[in-house]
Amino acid sequence: MSAQAPPSAAVEAVLAFADDELVLGWRDSEWTGIAPFLEEDVAFSSIAQGEIGHARALYELAAGVLGGDADALAFDRAPEEYRCAPFVELQLVGDWAATIARHWLYETADSIRVAALTESDWPELAGLAAKMEREEAYHRMHAQMWLEKLRGNERFEAAVAELWHYALGVLEPAKRGRLAELVGREEVEAVERGSHADGFEALHEEMTMVRRSVPGAAW
Amino acid sequence: MVTAEKVWEALAEVPDPEIPVISLVDLGVVREVEVDGERVRVEFTPTFLGCPAQEVMRDRLAEAVRALGAEPQIDVVLDDSWSTDRITPEGRRKLQESGFAPPHPRAAAGPTLVQLEAQAFRCPYCGSSDTRLENLFGPTPCRSIRYCRTCRQPFEQFKTI
Repeated sequence: MSAQAPPSAAVEAVLAFADDELVLGWRDSEWTGIAPFLEEDVAFSSIAQGEIGHARALYELAAGVLGGDADALAFDRAPEEYRCAPFVELQLVGDWAATIARHWLYETADSIRVAALTESDWPELAGLAAKMEREEAYHRMHAQMWLEKLRGNERFEAAVAELWHYALGVLEPAKRGRLAELVGREEVEAVERGSHADGFEALHEEMTMVRRSVPGAAW
Repeated sequence: MVTAEKVWEALAEVPDPEIPVISLVDLGVVREVEVDGERVRVEFTPTFLGCPAQEVMRDRLAEAVRALGAEPQIDVVLDDSWSTDRITPEGRRKLQESGFAPPHPRAAAGPTLVQLEAQAFRCPYCGSSDTRLENLFGPTPCRSIRYCRTCRQPFEQFKTI
């Protein structure tokens, strides 16, 4: 533990980050079994697992300050208590172009967020971010590979254009200019955290179902 | 009387839950052992955050300490202190023998796709370096899939992180 409790804004940011990773991991995992081809099925499922692993570590860190444990933070809150960006909540399964557009935009935004967190004053968070960064390098390679295949493709470009204002909402305003630069687009008004996209209630219902089925069980 | 040396010896016998040919000490996830009378503190630095074997590893480390008649305290360290460079030479040899190509040493900047596609990773079955990257991702977070053009055998490559 830190000698001094981290500021509540930092804990809030960790929780929002954890919610992003959990919900995106969940949405990505909806492709398991039906990705465009077998190798991609393995890859995208592994990426989903990676995101959920990151969520777990971030929830554990937050739980160290807020009390409870990672599972309680991940599954026992009401839908309105989740702080994830609407970007990660969109259900894109069935549309691979849009899924890859989100994957690339998210990984790019995430690289900015994680790099900043490695310099956090909260030593445990800085250490965790450094560990995440090593794994995220593989997620980015995967996104980049697909970007090179799909860049210029009409459906892919349309999806990027449609998702762009959502993607900006992942980052705090001061970091959005950098994302615009990396993605090569003009900054526009972002879809902010604080409200949920359509379909989040159903996702929450599904995501918490097992946990609610036997309250207090050790799995 | 439990000594740190005895604890290290005992932990070196604990197999990795997913790649049991290699021990948790070979894998480099044990960072420190401190003995204070009957209490043994072990610093455990997990591999990948998404690895579902984390809890099993932690529990097996604790069991091994208990089997020595000591009281374990397993501290999980979630920073970047684990890297594939922590896998011991013995661990690398064991991986190779069981069909996993061991990871390349980590460069300061970390791996890139160009490197992974171009580098001559050796096939653990026939030794050929005529192999190609088939999938960056594999059956667990720590593995990629490669294919050997010489013996036509797909094989698992431990990811460098």
